[in-house]
Amino acid sequence: MHDVRKITVMENIHDENDHIAYHINEDLSNKGIFAINIIGAPGIGKTTVIKNLIANLDGLKPYVIEGDIESDIDTRSLRALGIRTFQINTFGACHLDAPLVHNAIQNIEFDEQGILFIENVGNLVCPAEFSIGEHVKLLICSVTEGGDKPYKYPLAFEKADIVILNKVDLSPYLDFDEDFFMKGLRALNKTAPVVKVSAKTGEGFKEAAYWISGRAERASTTR
Amino acid sequence: MHEYPITERIIEISKKHGEESGASKIETICLVVGDQSGFIAESIQMYFDIIAEGTICEGARLIIKPIKSQLKCDACGAFFHREPFSFKCPHCGGDASPTDIGKEFYIESITVETED
Repeated sequence: MHDVRKITVMENIHDENDHIAYHINEDLSNKGIFAINIIGAPGIGKTTVIKNLIANLDGLKPYVIEGDIESDIDTRSLRALGIRTFQINTFGACHLDAPLVHNAIQNIEFDEQGILFIENVGNLVCPAEFSIGEHVKLLICSVTEGGDKPYKYPLAFEKADIVILNKVDLSPYLDFDEDFFMKGLRALNKTAPVVKVSAKTGEGFKEAAYWISGRAERASTTR
Repeated sequence: MHEYPITERIIEISKKHGEESGASKIETICLVVGDQSGFIAESIQMYFDIIAEGTICEGARLIIKPIKSQLKCDACGAFFHREPFSFKCPHCGGDASPTDIGKEFYIESITVETED
């Protein structure tokens, strides 16, 4: 005799990921580490932005986790600068999730308080969906991408705590529609500051690093 | 690839609830998926059939309830579905803000078969 019945579940698929992310954040906060989830499309300049932000951090110790599908090219280039860097290869997965970051963090010795940059896999879609224990999400866009990105990838823009607009030295040669970009961004996100930067000229990184230091300090005083 | 680990999670949650209720087999899994959740129902179904093999979820039917995302107008308060390349309210032309409608991604219920 078989009996068929309905069971109410109401369980979020992301609950486990979010639970692990919460503990990562708690653990990092207790160690005085402020974590930044770096999100942006492939080729947008994530690693270059990280290097330039670190150069402007004014004494705060940097740590980096590099998320890539394959290869350790970025990790090697950061290590060559003396930056403590750890590699996660996802081998096909298009984003980092909390379990992957949790495993990586177990192997990191945080000997000083500082800033942990977690460079997500180059992708404007999935990284926005998964919390990885970060304190803030930093979204990198560039004038080479076109101004329509907030309309096409709304979640990444909605969730960003700060938006960096990269490669602005190329603006004179491009038709980037900044008004259209800002209109889309502000519809989704009323508060995230937008900082224009160029790795060629160094423009804007001081301002972005200042924002990071301020948020890290605020996080440490509210603990 | 994106949906693979997520489908594993769907099966784990369904198994847990099914086993707790003494199920010998799970017949249906009702999944609510917002269109801003970033997950594609067809891909979940494809992985589901593979991952569920040999578990009490094998052969279960996935019922996916899609939810279309909505914005809320800052001026008149109306909820609406956005047009491509626009966030303007179709009723009053005002600016709008995102809502959580369309970000859902959860298992609503399962139906299970138990043996007496």
